[in-house]
Amino acid sequence: MSENKNARPHQPLGLAKRGYSGVIQSLSAGGAASTLNDVELESRLMELGFVEGARVEVLHEGIVGRDPIAVRVENVTIAVRRREAMAIIVA
Amino acid sequence: MEAPLMHLALVGTPNSGKTSLFNALTGSRQKVANYPGVTVERKEGAFVTPNGRQISLLDLPGTYSLRGRSPDEEITRDVVLGRASGEPLPDLVLCVADSTNLRLTIRLLLELKSTGRPLALVLNMFDIATRRGVSVDVARLSEALGVPVVTSIAVRKGGTADLVRLTDEILAREELSERKNLWRPLTVAELRATQREADRIIAATVSLPARPDTWTARIDAVVLHPVAGLLILLAILFVMFQAVFAWAQPLMQLLSSAFDSLRDFVHETLPAGLLQSFLQNGVISGVGSVIVFLPQIIIIFLFILLLEDFGYMARAAFLMDRIMGGAGLHGRAFIPLLSSFACAIPGIMATRVIDNRRDRLTTILIAPLMTCSARIPVYTLIISAFIPPKLIWGWINLQGLVMFGLYAAGIVSALGVSFLIKFFIWRDYQPAPFMLELPDYKMPRLRSIAIGVSNRAKMFLQRAGTTIFSMMVMIWFLASFPQPPAGAEGPAINYSLAAMIGKAFEPLLAPVGFNWQIAVALIPGMAAREVAVAALGTVYAIEGGKEAAEQIGQMLATKWSLATALSLLAWYIFAPQCASTLAVIRRETGSSKWMVATFAYMLALAYLASLATYSIAASLGLG
Repeated sequence: MSENKNARPHQPLGLAKRGYSGVIQSLSAGGAASTLNDVELESRLMELGFVEGARVEVLHEGIVGRDPIAVRVENVTIAVRRREAMAIIVA
Repeated sequence: MEAPLMHLALVGTPNSGKTSLFNALTGSRQKVANYPGVTVERKEGAFVTPNGRQISLLDLPGTYSLRGRSPDEEITRDVVLGRASGEPLPDLVLCVADSTNLRLTIRLLLELKSTGRPLALVLNMFDIATRRGVSVDVARLSEALGVPVVTSIAVRKGGTADLVRLTDEILAREELSERKNLWRPLTVAELRATQREADRIIAATVSLPARPDTWTARIDAVVLHPVAGLLILLAILFVMFQAVFAWAQPLMQLLSSAFDSLRDFVHETLPAGLLQSFLQNGVISGVGSVIVFLPQIIIIFLFILLLEDFGYMARAAFLMDRIMGGAGLHGRAFIPLLSSFACAIPGIMATRVIDNRRDRLTTILIAPLMTCSARIPVYTLIISAFIPPKLIWGWINLQGLVMFGLYAAGIVSALGVSFLIKFFIWRDYQPAPFMLELPDYKMPRLRSIAIGVSNRAKMFLQRAGTTIFSMMVMIWFLASFPQPPAGAEGPAINYSLAAMIGKAFEPLLAPVGFNWQIAVALIPGMAAREVAVAALGTVYAIEGGKEAAEQIGQMLATKWSLATALSLLAWYIFAPQCASTLAVIRRETGSSKWMVATFAYMLALAYLASLATYSIAASLGLG
C-alpha cells in the first residue's frame, strides 16, 4: 500500500496530536507498555469500538502531558491514556 | 386467572439510559438492596402490562460485554446465564441502547444472542436520535438481528407504551423463542468479528447524520479545555459547597424551630421527671439535631445526581486523571471519591468501577477522608457558633470559606495519603489503564433525579430513625444514670456514667483541647459522625437544665474556647468514627486488615491535626 499515493504513514494513535483524524489499521497491544496483558488490552479496546476500519479523531487532550486523550470513534467519544492508545495503529 | 409473575432484566452499556428507562417503567415501585455476598447494588422494580401481567424488572449493572471483568459485570453475566444464586433466569432480557450510539450495544446484543435467552432490543432516547437526524429502519434492523426491536423515549410520558405492549406480545409466545445457552467468553478474533457484524448491520439499517451532536462538541470545547475546564470544575465544587451551606439555611431553620416547639410542648405538657427528660433531651434534642441536616444531604445528592445525569462526571474523571495519577490514583477514582462527599459508604461501593485491585484499595483507603455529609452537622454547628457570618470582598461568606477550607484540607490530605501509599507500599506499581466513554450531554430529567434523591433521603432518615435513635437513647441513659445523690451540688450529669467515661479519656484528649463533654460525644460518634452533634446536644441540654431550649451552638460558644472549636474541626477532617464505613471497608476488601489500617491511620492523623491546631491556636492566645 506504500505505492498508493493517498497512503498516509501508519502511526500509533498514542502519538497523534489534537485534531488528528484517521482510520484504524490494526491493533497491536505489543506496542503499548500497558499494565494489561495483550489479549486483555485488545479485548477492552475492541469492546469500546476500536476495531480495524473505524474512523477516529482526537478531540481533546488532558492537562498534564496532553494526556489522556478524548477520541471520537465513529460516533462515540472514548477517553483513553496515550499509553494504551499506542496499541491502536492508525493512518 | 392470574398470569404468573414474569422476570425481566435490563442489560445495556453504561450511559445507555438504562436507569432512566428503569425509572420510567417502575416509577417509585423500586427496591434497592445488595446482591448476596457482594456489594453490587441490586435494583428491582415492578410494573403491570396492559394485559395484566405482573412484571418484576431487574436493572443489571452496565457492561460492554459478558466477559465479567469486575464484580458488577460478573453479576450481569451471571444473571443472564442463570448462574447467580437466588436470581431466577430472566424470562426476557431487554437490551437497552442509546439510539444515537448503537455500535457498542449492537455488538453486546450479538453476544447476548448466544445465551439463548429471549431477547429484545430497546432503542432508547429515540427522540434525541430523531432530532439529530439519525434514522433507523426498525423493521430491517429487527430482521437483521433476528430479535424484536422497539423504540422508546424513557423521559416522556407514554414513551414506553410500545415497549410495554411488545413485552406482552413476546411473553405470550415466550416458550417459542427460548434456545440453548451457547455462550462462552469471546476471543479477540471473535470480538472483532462481532463488532464488524454489528457495523455491517448498522450500515445497512441506520443512517447517521454527517455531523455529531454539536452541543456536546461546543460544551466540551470549553469544559475539557486544559485551563478553562479545570477552573469550571473548581467553580462547580465551590458553588456546590456554598449551596450546601447557604441554600439549606432557611429549611434547616424551619426544621429546627419545629423541633424546638415540639420540645417546648413536651416540656409544658409532661410533668418533670424521667419520661419528660427522655423525650425532651434524648429523643427530640438528639434525633432532631440530626434530622435538621436533611436539606443539606438532599442538596449534595441533588448536585451529584445532576452532574452524573448531565454527563459531566465522566468529563471530571478525564480532567482529573493525570492530576490524580500524580498522587497514585486512577482517573476513575474521581467518581467514587466525589460520591464520598455525600457518604463514604456509596463511595467505597462505587470503587467497583476500578478493576485494578491496587488502584481500588488505595481509593478505598482514602475515601473516608473526603468530607462526607455526616461531617456537615459537626462543621455547621461549630462554624455557626464560632465563625462570624461576615462577607469578605462583599460576596464571599466567611463561614462558607471556612467550610470550603475544611473540604480542601480533606482532599489535600487524601492525595497526600495516596501518594505515600504509592511511594511506600507499592513502589513497583504501574498505573492501570484509564478507558472511559464520554457520553453526549443530556438534559437531566427531574423525575429521575427526584427518585434518586428521595431514595438517598429515605436511607438517611432510616439511619436517623434506627442507628442514631438507639445511640441517642444510649447516650441519654449514660448521661442520666446513675442519678445524683440527694442534696448533691452541680449539674446532675457530673454524677453519670457518661462523665466517668469522658473523664477517663480526658487526659488523653486534654493536649488537643477537648473537654470531657467532647470525649463523651466522640464515643457514640463511632456509630455515625453526626451522632456526635446529637450527643453534645444531649450532654449539654441535660447539664444546662433550663437552658435546654437554647440552641446548642449558642451554648457551645459560651463553653468552648476558639482553640477547642478549631481543634475539633481539625479532628473531624480525619475522624475515623464511623462504624458503617469501617464495616464496608472490611466487606469490600475482604479482610479486617485494611479496616484496621484505615482506622489506625485516620485516628493518628486526627490526633496530630488536632494537636497542631490546638497548640498553634493556643499560642496565638485563642485558648
